[in-house]
Amino acid sequence: MRIPPAARRRLGRLAPLLGLVLLVLAGCAENYPQTTLAPKGDFARAVDTLFRSTVWWAAGVFVLVEGVLLFAIFKYRERPGGPEASQFHGNALLEVIWTIIPATILVFIAIPTVRTIFRTAEPPPGDPLVIEVIGHQWWWEFRYPEFNITTASEMYVPVGRPVDLRMRTADVLHSFWIPQLAAKRDVFYGRDNRLWFTAEEAGVFSGQCAEFCGIQHGRMAHRVIAAAPADFDAWVARMSAASAPVPVFDGDSLALAGQALFATRACVGCHALRAVDPPPGLVGPNLANIGGRLTIAAGSLPNTDANLARWLRNPQEYKQGVLMPNLGLSEDDIRALVAYLRTQRVATLPPALAATP
Amino acid sequence: MATTAVEQPHPHSGAHARATGVWSWITTVDHKRIGILYGVTAFFFFLLGGLEALLMRWQLGAPDNTFVSPDVYNQLFTMHGTTMIFLGVMPLSAMFFNFMIPLQIGARDVAFPRLNAFSYWVFLVGGLLLNSSFLLNAAPNAGWFGYANLTSKQFSPGLNVDFWVIGLQILGVASLAAAVNFFVTIVNLRCHGMRMMRMPMFVWMSLITQVLLLLAFPVITVALILLMVDRFFGTSFFIPAGGGDPVLWQHLFWIFGHPEVYILILPAFGIISEILPVFSRKPLFGYAAMVFSGALIAFLGFGVWSHHMFATGMGPVADTVFGLATMLIAIPTGVKIFNWIGTVWGGSLRLKTPMYFALGFIAMFIIGGLSGIMHSVPPADLQQTDTYFVVAHFHYVLFGGSVLALLGGAYYWFPKMFGRVLGEGLGKLHFWLTFIGMNLTFFPMHFLGLNGMPRRVYTYPEGLGFELWNRIETAGSLVLGASFLVFIYNIIRSRHHIAPADPWEGGTLEWSIPSPPQEFNFPALPTVYSRDPLWEQRRTHGAAPEPTRVSGQGIHLPNPSFWPIVTALGIAVFFVGFLLGVNLWVILAGGGITALGIFSWAFEPAG
Amino acid sequence: MSHDSAHAIPIETTTGLDSRKLAIWAFIGSECLFFASLISTYLVYKGKSLVGPFPHEAWTSPTGQEFEPILQIPLVTTGTALLLFSSFFVVMALAGAQRGDRRALLGWLGATIFCGVFFVGMQVYEFYHFVHEGLGYTTNLFGSTFYTLTGFHGTHVTIGLIWLLTIWILGLRGKLPPDKSLNLEIAALYWHFVDVVWIVIFPVVYLMR
Repeated sequence: MRIPPAARRRLGRLAPLLGLVLLVLAGCAENYPQTTLAPKGDFARAVDTLFRSTVWWAAGVFVLVEGVLLFAIFKYRERPGGPEASQFHGNALLEVIWTIIPATILVFIAIPTVRTIFRTAEPPPGDPLVIEVIGHQWWWEFRYPEFNITTASEMYVPVGRPVDLRMRTADVLHSFWIPQLAAKRDVFYGRDNRLWFTAEEAGVFSGQCAEFCGIQHGRMAHRVIAAAPADFDAWVARMSAASAPVPVFDGDSLALAGQALFATRACVGCHALRAVDPPPGLVGPNLANIGGRLTIAAGSLPNTDANLARWLRNPQEYKQGVLMPNLGLSEDDIRALVAYLRTQRVATLPPALAATP
Repeated sequence: MATTAVEQPHPHSGAHARATGVWSWITTVDHKRIGILYGVTAFFFFLLGGLEALLMRWQLGAPDNTFVSPDVYNQLFTMHGTTMIFLGVMPLSAMFFNFMIPLQIGARDVAFPRLNAFSYWVFLVGGLLLNSSFLLNAAPNAGWFGYANLTSKQFSPGLNVDFWVIGLQILGVASLAAAVNFFVTIVNLRCHGMRMMRMPMFVWMSLITQVLLLLAFPVITVALILLMVDRFFGTSFFIPAGGGDPVLWQHLFWIFGHPEVYILILPAFGIISEILPVFSRKPLFGYAAMVFSGALIAFLGFGVWSHHMFATGMGPVADTVFGLATMLIAIPTGVKIFNWIGTVWGGSLRLKTPMYFALGFIAMFIIGGLSGIMHSVPPADLQQTDTYFVVAHFHYVLFGGSVLALLGGAYYWFPKMFGRVLGEGLGKLHFWLTFIGMNLTFFPMHFLGLNGMPRRVYTYPEGLGFELWNRIETAGSLVLGASFLVFIYNIIRSRHHIAPADPWEGGTLEWSIPSPPQEFNFPALPTVYSRDPLWEQRRTHGAAPEPTRVSGQGIHLPNPSFWPIVTALGIAVFFVGFLLGVNLWVILAGGGITALGIFSWAFEPAG
Repeated sequence: MSHDSAHAIPIETTTGLDSRKLAIWAFIGSECLFFASLISTYLVYKGKSLVGPFPHEAWTSPTGQEFEPILQIPLVTTGTALLLFSSFFVVMALAGAQRGDRRALLGWLGATIFCGVFFVGMQVYEFYHFVHEGLGYTTNLFGSTFYTLTGFHGTHVTIGLIWLLTIWILGLRGKLPPDKSLNLEIAALYWHFVDVVWIVIFPVVYLMR
């Protein structure tokens, strides 16, 4: 099948152009919960504005330069009886022009860039909420010094109040990434990296570790739940009250069995069930409110009974290499533990956010 | 310039019957044979790297896929990157350095033929060692840039990272030796009349590449030494608990790593600058601007390394400096693109396969360059870095750039190297499969990255919207795989089509001798009076007749030698000693063999 | 006229310089970056050791053991001076080789080698003494950076000594006539480089506080 060169070239050019159009459409947050193109936080918005301006410059340069290239290919392709090649060697004026024009475009990109760099490098005014973020292989720990709360995988923040993240790692390099709110920052050992953002609206925002950190880097996710101030205060109040595991109702024999298992099997050696003043030095994520969380296994599995059972049956099956070993639990043990962990619920998602994943 | 030395008849020269047989290849010091060795070996490794990519793409073709385990996936992506860079693109470029540079500058061989052979054998040994790790299910698995402190003994207790460190160290020796060789060759062995500003552009870009190799590789050598002693002896260069700083690894790595990407692309720039003029039937536009922009890109390339580290929190001043420096590199790069278009403009374009690849290169490299500019904006990069957006960017510049150029160079120079012409129909099919395949595979990665897919993940969940693009990319990768099958078939079929000395009406010296060249290259070393000496000749004297093969009597050629491979094996044994738990006997044995090799080499009878 | 002594037949070169001389300069350029990286690492970690012994200050360990500043400047200064003199000696040896004066060649080259051996000997003694004093390779960042930097430099000196000794033996057997003096010149260039690197290392490690 012979496609004329003209059409072939046009086909080749069309694909990326179409892509560019799709890029603009691609940012619908409902389809892409982790997108960078639908910012809901001030930091992400500043970054997005800057980014979009570079996209327009790039699109313009792309159309112009590719267009000239394609035009040249069509116009100057060899034809029988066509003109001979013009034997010119260069043109100093053109060299100057096509040095200065790109340089000028870059100045137009550079100025807002430097402004944004310095603007986002400063802590916000006012009274930011300090949250310590600690990366582990392969989950995120969050501590709220202001409230003496420790939790994991799900970070609650108030809408409209600046959040001051102080981030580090407990082991290897990770990168805390929350695309719709605050872009990303790597975390290191022994010193804090800082990131500030203010959530602009309520929602559940997905994020993932963005620095290769070992075998389960691919399943180290988290959620940032921005709640209206009243909802956030309610969450804080309930988590602050969780200074001991939630007691189990006397009649719930299955959960009582689970409670006994939790205390006598390896669980309590790695996990705490209280958010306030948990025992120091535990290697596993804090499980306070595990019954009410959206996800388990570091943000990678929906928190259903079936998934909880699957995890307990053998964590290595779902997340090979994770530090939690296969405990060799029987099916009865697993049922009991699931029932128990379900009772460990102190705060649930605000109703306004319940629809979101 | 030195006075002309008279070439005396020499007992070893006579009618140069081409030696054949395995021993003649093992002891060869002929740059053309060494070039072919590099090419065949590198092509094999390139296909291996491609297979690794196909396996990765298959795993990513569906969410929560279990085609490969996470551990295997991490080995695959690490080896894919390491293989493509160090065992694919670099040695494929070395194939062209080896074969074409002496021909293009009118020389009989490189400055140090035995060192040349040595470089190849060390490369082979390094590549084999690196890949032998697969046999132990211990292939490197910490990424091709091996960030500390994941690579420490504590967090990577197996042999994987040891293989990576040792393998790369060995490959570094090969690169450094070759860089010294080609640097001296280009500076010192040009024929009469070939001033620097008359050299073919491929030679210029290669010269700049050798300088980059000489200056960048020592830095990664040191980084690998520090990592090695951390792992083998317990120092704390990159261990926070001992006072070390993992960020030091990043700095050292990227001070090497950024010039490395220019090492990967400059030879490609050179190849394109050879193909475009020939197939446009006019000289390269802006020769001087091309030389200076190439040099400027290389120079500036040493000043931008921390643009790989924008997410590490270096502070606004460092971010600004490296962001602006990175933007600056766009200017000479743009100059090159415009000069290439200027070369095409006003020409009489013969749209043969090499030209398809060259034009495709320009189109794809523009896209890669533009995403690079997006990366140069530090705040924006905080979203893009470590996502599939970066993966898209570097595949556009490395595949759409380096690989397309290498393929174009393959079609362009295949006749000269093998005396056969590759088929045009199959060549164009190869091109379109490649072009469509690469765009299907890599363009959607821009979207995935911006929509939140990080890189180096062995899977992704449902519900994030990643499925459709990943499926398309997997399909695209299969098209790319098919394109290489077409290429191989084209190569096999070419054995029926004999090539003349000058199938393309080229302007540079390699087209003045038979295809393939005789062992001594030129019966008499040429003198040139301009760039594109063959076009000059055509203008003044008309087209030259097909050159005949002559006896070569009286031409002195270096003797074959077996000490380069011995020395290479000595180095391999030395490093393997470290891999075997720092076995002192093996290390000393390796050192001994290396010393024996070097001394025998140095005192080999002159020939 | 340029001369390639490894081959019986002279090869003409574009610059007029022998290719091997260009090669050693290219190699030296590369080695500059090698040592620059090691020296930078030393400087980055200077003063960052978590525990002693330290180079310039005394230190008392948590268990009460007392350590003096560990560097021995007078000894190393002597070695440094000898290394510097050796660069002068090798120049004299080269002059002797170039005019065919076998005695001058052997004498001055011998002196060069002697100085180099003393330098390496001094370093071996220094390393041994430090280890004895409690500074091992993994004791602290100072130990790691110090031994790596000076160890690689010492290795380069040792390789240079083997090279110079080989040439000295060649000279002894009459195999270094003036038209082969380039062999010594190239080794001398390498030797000068190794010396220059020490001129940077010595103040950075031993003199700077």
